[in-house]
Amino acid sequence: MDVGSLVYDRPDLGKFRVHRFALVSPEIYELERRRIFDRCWLYLGHESEVPEPGDYARRVVAERPLFFARNRDGGLAVFHNTCPHRGALVCRTDRGNAHVFRCFYHAWTFDTSGALINVPDIDGYGPDFDRGQMGLRSPRFDSYRGFVFVCFDPETEPLRDYLAGAAEYLDLVADQAAGGMRVVPGSNRYTIKANWKLLAENSIDGYHLLPTHQTFFDYLSRAAGAGGRDMATLGNRQGFGRSLGNGHGVMENDAVYGRPIAMWHPCYGEEARAEIQSIKDELIARHGLDRAVRMCEKSRNLVIFPNLIINDIMAVTIRVFQPTGPAAMDVTAWELAPAGEGGARLRRRLDAFLTFLGPGGFATPDDTEALESCQQGFHSGGIEWSDLSRGLQREPRGNDELQMRCFWRRWQSLLAGTPHVEQYERGLPPGAVPKATPSPS
Amino acid sequence: MVSRPVRAASFATGLPADADYLLLQHEVEQLLYLEARLLDDWNLDEWLTLYTPDARYVVPTTDLPEGDPQCDLVFIDDDRDRMAARVRRLQSRYAHREYPSSRTRRFISNVMVTAVDGDEIEATAAVAVWRFRAGESAPYVGRYDVRLRRVDGRLRLCGKRAILDHETLSDHGALSVIF
Ligand code: FES
Ligand SMILES: [Fe+2]
Repeated sequence: MDVGSLVYDRPDLGKFRVHRFALVSPEIYELERRRIFDRCWLYLGHESEVPEPGDYARRVVAERPLFFARNRDGGLAVFHNTCPHRGALVCRTDRGNAHVFRCFYHAWTFDTSGALINVPDIDGYGPDFDRGQMGLRSPRFDSYRGFVFVCFDPETEPLRDYLAGAAEYLDLVADQAAGGMRVVPGSNRYTIKANWKLLAENSIDGYHLLPTHQTFFDYLSRAAGAGGRDMATLGNRQGFGRSLGNGHGVMENDAVYGRPIAMWHPCYGEEARAEIQSIKDELIARHGLDRAVRMCEKSRNLVIFPNLIINDIMAVTIRVFQPTGPAAMDVTAWELAPAGEGGARLRRRLDAFLTFLGPGGFATPDDTEALESCQQGFHSGGIEWSDLSRGLQREPRGNDELQMRCFWRRWQSLLAGTPHVEQYERGLPPGAVPKATPSPS
Repeated sequence: MVSRPVRAASFATGLPADADYLLLQHEVEQLLYLEARLLDDWNLDEWLTLYTPDARYVVPTTDLPEGDPQCDLVFIDDDRDRMAARVRRLQSRYAHREYPSSRTRRFISNVMVTAVDGDEIEATAAVAVWRFRAGESAPYVGRYDVRLRRVDGRLRLCGKRAILDHETLSDHGALSVIF
């Protein structure tokens, strides 16, 4: 199989297909590790997870154990989680606060900036031992609006350039609160036995929303009672998909549920109406009517290539998935909330997450099932190609597949080592800002 | 040799291990066994009747077992209405992770009454839920902390906090059954 021919991309014929070999093959997975995950900027964590000096959190990114910490000067540090001595994991708990990091094996000790500050019986190493050369090693890292990324390739462009049009969508999240956003304690961690690219597709797939998540919308309309929206009108909601450059894509739609920022829904109860209006007023004052209305009333499902999803839907979530083979990935998801938000506002936000999202939510388990079902189906044979041509010949709507095609085009060029040609089809170019229609309220 | 009293006080509550205490212990165990049986049988309407109208069902995330639904992200935080909605969803044939339904077997053990405060009783139990479906088998293992109250003479659950022991849901992909 020629790795350059796994994506059949013929807009002129109305055809876009992906060969299923790309979704099952161990060889492709090995190529992806080297040509995608060793080259791209990969999400590591959020700065709010380590607010105080000495705070740390550990992660596995692209099968590499890493950890990050707030050092004594308030700066952010990211480390390869391996002892420069003989390899042991230096950080062995998921999160915490430490004055120093001590490797348990032979007790080499590092400060929060990674410098080697103590070696038991250092005389054993003789006079040429250079402690300055033996500190913890950092991968390349950078942060944008609190989102911290790492990159294992020195040649890759700077993070801000890599993010391209996706940066504006991170702004739309970060700007939701004057004091910034923070990650709420508690995370969803689960494994899906499916190829990682299926979750990228699923997260920006508006087409599956109604059929797959029927029980969620049923719950919503019942909980809303008579004030609820007629679910038959859901299919008419306005929205679009767009490319954001470099394989990033988004679908932006009218929200068909409440949004804690700041769109009231009968589920929230009458008592929440005034408070939600005040959040909206404050956003209008800060960002102007157009941008504020867009922040409040549109839902956004964003993929940052290759493995980061920001869902700004009935809750704001960060979801990252680490492939562990051609047919398995470890998923972690967090919820974002305005720093300092508490009381009824925070409870409303936390509750909104649970209605749809997470392993115990009313929708996410069905996505897991859909992805695993596809993965099993691939082995049936008989069909070689999956079809992603939806919307190829019209202005891209929110339930079309343009945003997935952007992902796959980038995937194809990285894997085959061919130049990446941005092809935006129709619709908004990556740099443009969509205009929201302000609602009367 | 030190002689010990034959009827030691209950370890957890300090209540005398008298006949009332033994009856209560028995009653709590039987209620938890009944709940397990109804869930294993997918008799979810009947299961709901074991809970009081003000009941709360909470499952914290695996990385924050002490998580508080008021301020932390949890997996499940259901009041009685959402418990009913969960049942409705699971019975709908459109909860795709559970249609066709998985087979489960729940094992409840280490039941201890931990407090009796007026008409409210607290108890804890160890639980394992084996789930079989689509060629996969995986157990959910953890602990129940329950609160119980007598309603019209019958013991009912008014709160269940079900805490998973797993580090992640790596074998399960979801918490699609009632744990
Ligand atoms: S491996 Fe860390 S001190 Fe030896
Ligand atoms: Fe979905």
